[in-house]
Amino acid sequence: MSGVLVIAEQRRGELRPVSLELVSAAQSLRRDGDSVAVAVLSAAPASLTAPLKVAGVDELITVKVAAPEFDPDTFESAVGALIGARQPDVVLVAHSVDSFGYAAALAAKLGLGFATDVFKVQRQDGELVATRGGYGQKVNVEVDFPGRRTVLLAIRANVYKPPELPGAPQVVEFAAPGVTSRSSGRDFIELSSNDDVDMTQAEFILTIGRGIGEEAKVAQFKELADAIGATLGCSRPIADAGWLPKSRQVGQSGKTASACKLYIAMGVSGAIQHLAGMKHVATVVAVNTDAEASIFGVAKYGIVGDIFEIAEELRQCF
Amino acid sequence: MKILVAVKQVAALDEDFEIREDGRDVNEDFLIRDLNEWDDFSLEEAVKIKEGSTQPVEVVAVTIAPESADEALRKCLAKGADRALRVWDEEAQDSDPIAIARILAAVAKAESADMVFAGVQSSDHAFASTGIATAAFLGWPHAAVVSSLSYAPGAGSAVFRRELEGGLLHEVEIQCPAVLTIQLGINTPRYASLRSIKQAAAKPIEVKSLAELSLAASDVGSAGSHSRVRRMYIPEKGRAQLIEGDAAQQAKRLAEIIREFKGDAP
Repeated sequence: MSGVLVIAEQRRGELRPVSLELVSAAQSLRRDGDSVAVAVLSAAPASLTAPLKVAGVDELITVKVAAPEFDPDTFESAVGALIGARQPDVVLVAHSVDSFGYAAALAAKLGLGFATDVFKVQRQDGELVATRGGYGQKVNVEVDFPGRRTVLLAIRANVYKPPELPGAPQVVEFAAPGVTSRSSGRDFIELSSNDDVDMTQAEFILTIGRGIGEEAKVAQFKELADAIGATLGCSRPIADAGWLPKSRQVGQSGKTASACKLYIAMGVSGAIQHLAGMKHVATVVAVNTDAEASIFGVAKYGIVGDIFEIAEELRQCF
Repeated sequence: MKILVAVKQVAALDEDFEIREDGRDVNEDFLIRDLNEWDDFSLEEAVKIKEGSTQPVEVVAVTIAPESADEALRKCLAKGADRALRVWDEEAQDSDPIAIARILAAVAKAESADMVFAGVQSSDHAFASTGIATAAFLGWPHAAVVSSLSYAPGAGSAVFRRELEGGLLHEVEIQCPAVLTIQLGINTPRYASLRSIKQAAAKPIEVKSLAELSLAASDVGSAGSHSRVRRMYIPEKGRAQLIEGDAAQQAKRLAEIIREFKGDAP
């Protein structure tokens, strides 16, 4: 086959939403006669097919594997066998912690064209071109893959909109080769703490980042958050330093500010992992000394200035 | 027992920067270089294992870069690496993460390393690929985004937690030798003391060529890469509406925004 092979992502028996976004990304690469096939790798793949029966999917491939959850050797072996059998032009996976664990190895072994954290894919004059960020997302970088018959792309989440219309793809089984895995998954551990805050429910969040400089300043912002009626959140460095509990971290590996309507970010530069947890918020106000900070790219309002001065002045208003 | 720590001297952009004439990178006069943040954590993890071990452990920092990256290696030496190794040849210019991984794997073999640590990703280009591709060339077990690790040097397996999206952790046991990519926050990297910085300045940095690692020009650079940069450009960005004035005026406007949200009368 030519065409696009999408590898759906599942965790603990549920399809991850990014899987459907990959189906949409695949449509932008479809040429006449191309098909889009979606493969589901799981110990019980049939249970995951229903949400994938959407417009734009021609074929659903169920791949039964022994490992109940993501495992690098299992995925490399099964996806590698699929690529060998199907010969797709393009393979799409999510740019996620799971794909971090196997995609580069697969590309290295099979000689695939390869790029990660891709937010735009297209064909230009018949050539596949992928766009990603560079230098901390300050520039865009277009890459291509000269001489590569198959290209593996890891697509950034929350960029492509999932298909809305239902579809009726043909469902087929694919027998994965047996594999002796060299690692074995044990338990999942939920992030927990004694802090009873739920960042996903907070409607108004005041977040502090590396710009606060030292732990002694945290109390001042906690007091400010209380005074203005906001929930205090933080970016990764603050949680890693132990200045605030991990449960207050907003971003990819922390919490998503799902219910938030007003988000004030003070001293947060706006790393892509942080933006993943908050860029959807309707009103973002960024306060930062660096006028070039990425956070201003997603903010509705910006204040270029000293966060301590602004914090003190703001406190006087309440 | 030897732990190889792959490090990179990353580049951040100066406030004002220019795209190079060929349109494929930023003019290097505008790059500010430093040791990749993730690598600080993977080095610390290796040094911690060494310090907690009853048997001798050697920590070797390696980078694939021209001489300008020696500064990053000196930092590693000052923070506890026993040796520093740099591999470079003009042919390695334009290597993508997979071509770099091919060189790192050759180093791991030449050094008879027992474990390889790399950062999850680099802060400049964030491919999150080099460590795991290195494992493929070595044929070793591998795991990405390790946020806690329990490993006794020389043991046949290690137990770690990988940090998933949304704050979920997944505990996994893996056979060793292995390649692990290390996440921020796994430990608290130490500061180098003045004394150790001085000592590091006196230590040699070993330099190897590709030929010494039995690599050919076709293994690296654009020939050995799985992607090629066509064009780099400054994106049009959504820009925040700036609130002007002095701090008091800016804060007053911010207070209004907060009151509007809360539905309070100003």
